[in-house]
Amino acid sequence: MVEHMSNEVEPSRRDLGLEAVESVAVVNDGPAPFAKQLLGFWVTFRTMFKKVNTVSYPEVKEPTAPRFHGRHQLNRHPDGLEKCIGCELCAWACPADAILVEGDANTDEHRMSPGERYGKVYQINYLRCVFCGLCIEACPTRALTMTNEYELADDSRAKLIFEKEDLLAPLRAGMLMPPHPMYPGMDDSNYYKGDVLGFHPSQETSSEVKHD
Amino acid sequence: MTTAELLGQDPGWLIAVKGLLVFVLCVLLTLMSVWGERRIVARMQMRLGPNRVGPFGLVQALADGVKLALKEDLIPAAADKIVFVIAPIISTTACFMAFAVIPMSGPVTLFGHKTAMQLTDLPVGVLYVLAIASIGVYGIVLAGWSSGSTYPLLGGLRSSAQVISYEVAMGLSLVAVFIYSGSMSTSDIVAAQQKWWFAVVLFPSFVIYAISMVGETNRAPFDLAEAEGELVGGFHTEYSSLKFALFFLAEYVNIVAVSALATTLFLGGYHALPGLGFTEQWLGGWFTIVWFFTKVIFFFFIFVWLRGTLPRMRYDQFMKFGWKVLIPVSLFWIMVVASLRVMSLHGAPRLTVLAFSSGVVLIVLGINIAFDSAKKRAREVPESNFAAPTFAVPSIPGASIVELENPRG
Repeated sequence: MVEHMSNEVEPSRRDLGLEAVESVAVVNDGPAPFAKQLLGFWVTFRTMFKKVNTVSYPEVKEPTAPRFHGRHQLNRHPDGLEKCIGCELCAWACPADAILVEGDANTDEHRMSPGERYGKVYQINYLRCVFCGLCIEACPTRALTMTNEYELADDSRAKLIFEKEDLLAPLRAGMLMPPHPMYPGMDDSNYYKGDVLGFHPSQETSSEVKHD
Repeated sequence: MTTAELLGQDPGWLIAVKGLLVFVLCVLLTLMSVWGERRIVARMQMRLGPNRVGPFGLVQALADGVKLALKEDLIPAAADKIVFVIAPIISTTACFMAFAVIPMSGPVTLFGHKTAMQLTDLPVGVLYVLAIASIGVYGIVLAGWSSGSTYPLLGGLRSSAQVISYEVAMGLSLVAVFIYSGSMSTSDIVAAQQKWWFAVVLFPSFVIYAISMVGETNRAPFDLAEAEGELVGGFHTEYSSLKFALFFLAEYVNIVAVSALATTLFLGGYHALPGLGFTEQWLGGWFTIVWFFTKVIFFFFIFVWLRGTLPRMRYDQFMKFGWKVLIPVSLFWIMVVASLRVMSLHGAPRLTVLAFSSGVVLIVLGINIAFDSAKKRAREVPESNFAAPTFAVPSIPGASIVELENPRG
C-alpha cells in the first residue's frame, strides 16, 4: 500500500518540465584550427561560380507565390452585377485606414448589385495600405479579393489612390455592364448562393433601355 | 645600363608625359577596380552586381563619380574649415605620389626614347613609398579631427593607431627584402628577383607584408576606421560630394599602390612568370606591363576576396594581432634572415647553414608546442557541481548536473 502511494505521487523530471531543455555540457574548444578557418575562403570562392539568386527584375519577372497579397480587386457576379454591397466592413477592418467606401441605395432604375445597396464610392489608398488582407477577411460577399499584381509604383500621391473603376474586375464573357436588373426570378440570396450563372436576355434589353 | 641610369636620360617632356600617364592610369584603375570589386563581391554573395550602366555595368563607377560631383558640398558648422578642405587633398595626393617609383615595365621605347615605365628611381625608393603612405594617413587623421564631430574623430584616431601599428610590421617585413636584394631601390629589387621571387625565398616576409598591407589600407577585415556598424562612416562621416569622392579615390589608389609595391618587392615586378621569360621581349618590351598589371590585379582580387570572406575584426584583437604577433614574428624572422645572409656572405660551409636553419625550425616548433599546451591548460574549465533548479534552464559549459533531492519526494 505504501509502495503504491509513493509510485503515484513522485513527479519525474519530465513532469517538472526539466526534459524540455536538453542539459548537454557544451565543450568549448576555442577557435577552430587555422587550416579549418581557411575553408571559409573556399566557400566564397566556390560561390562565385554558382548561379545567382537574384532576378534581373524589369526584364525578368518571376511569378509570385499563388496567395501573394497584391493589388485589390472588386469582383462581379456572373451576370455582371457588382458583388460589393457598400457595407464598409472592409473600411472598418482596415488597420491603416486606407479604404473609403460610400454606399448608396439600389433602385429598380439603377441597380449595380443585387440586394438593397451598392458601393457608390470605393477608394483604396495604396500609400497607406499595408497589404495585410484584413479587408478580404471582413468582406461578407467576397466582393473584395487580392490579385498578385505588385507593380504599384507611381510618381504622385493622387495616382496611388485607386478609384472604384481601377479596382473593378473586368467584364468577362457572359457578363453585362451594370446597371441592369437582377436575373428574373432570382433575389439577392440566390446570387450569394451562386444560382446565377450568367445573364438573361431580359436583363440585357432593360439595361439597353436604361442607356437610351 | 641600370634602370636608374636609363631614367636619368629622360628629357623633361618625357617625364611630364609619364607623370600624366601614371595619373591617368591610377584614375582608370580606380574606376575599374571599384566596378571589379562590386562585381566580384556580388558573385561571392550570389548576386549580379552593377550591370546597368554601359556594357556589364563597366561605366558604373564613372556614373557614381559624376553623381558625387553634382551633390551639395557640405562643410559642418563645427568643422575647422581649412583643415577640413585640405585633408582629402593630402590623402589623395599621397596615394598618387607613391606610384612614382613603381617600375611598371622593363626597358621600352616611348616616342623614340629608350626608357622604362617608371617615373623616377630613387636609391631609397621603398622607404619613399612608406614615407608617402604615412603622409596619406595624415589626411585621414586630420579629416577625423577637423570634422568637429565624435564619430569621425574616433575613426581618425583608430586609423592612425592602426597605420602606426601595421606600418611597423610592414617596415620590418621589408627589411628582409632589403637584406637579400642589397638595395632599397625598387628597380634593383625587381632585378634581384630575376631568378627567384622573394615571395618564395622570403615567404614569411611576404605573408607579413600581405597582412599588414590590408591593415595599412584600412580594408576589410581591418576597416575599423570606417566601421559602418560602429562609427557610421568613420573619418569620412561628414564629407560629401567631391571631397568624399577624393577619399574614395584615395582608398582605391592606395590599394593599387600597395598591390603594386607587393608585386615589385615579392612577385618579381614586371618580370614574366617563371618559364615564360620569352614573353618579356614581345611588343618591344611593352608586354612586361601586362605581366605587372596581371600581378597587381591578382593582389587586388585577394583584397576583394578578403572582404567577401572575413568579418571585421574587433579593435583590441586587431591591435593585439599587430603588436603581439606580427611584429615579434617579423623581428625573429629578420634575425634569422640576417644570420643566414651573413653566413653565406662569409662563405660558411653548407652544413653550418643547414644546422642553423634546422635549429631555428626546432626552436620555433618547441615554442609553438609549449604555447599550445599552455593555451589548452588555460582553457580547461574546472568541473563545478551546481544544483539543478526545478525548472528548465540552459546548460552551463563545463558543469555536470547534480540531481536535486526532490522536495516533494
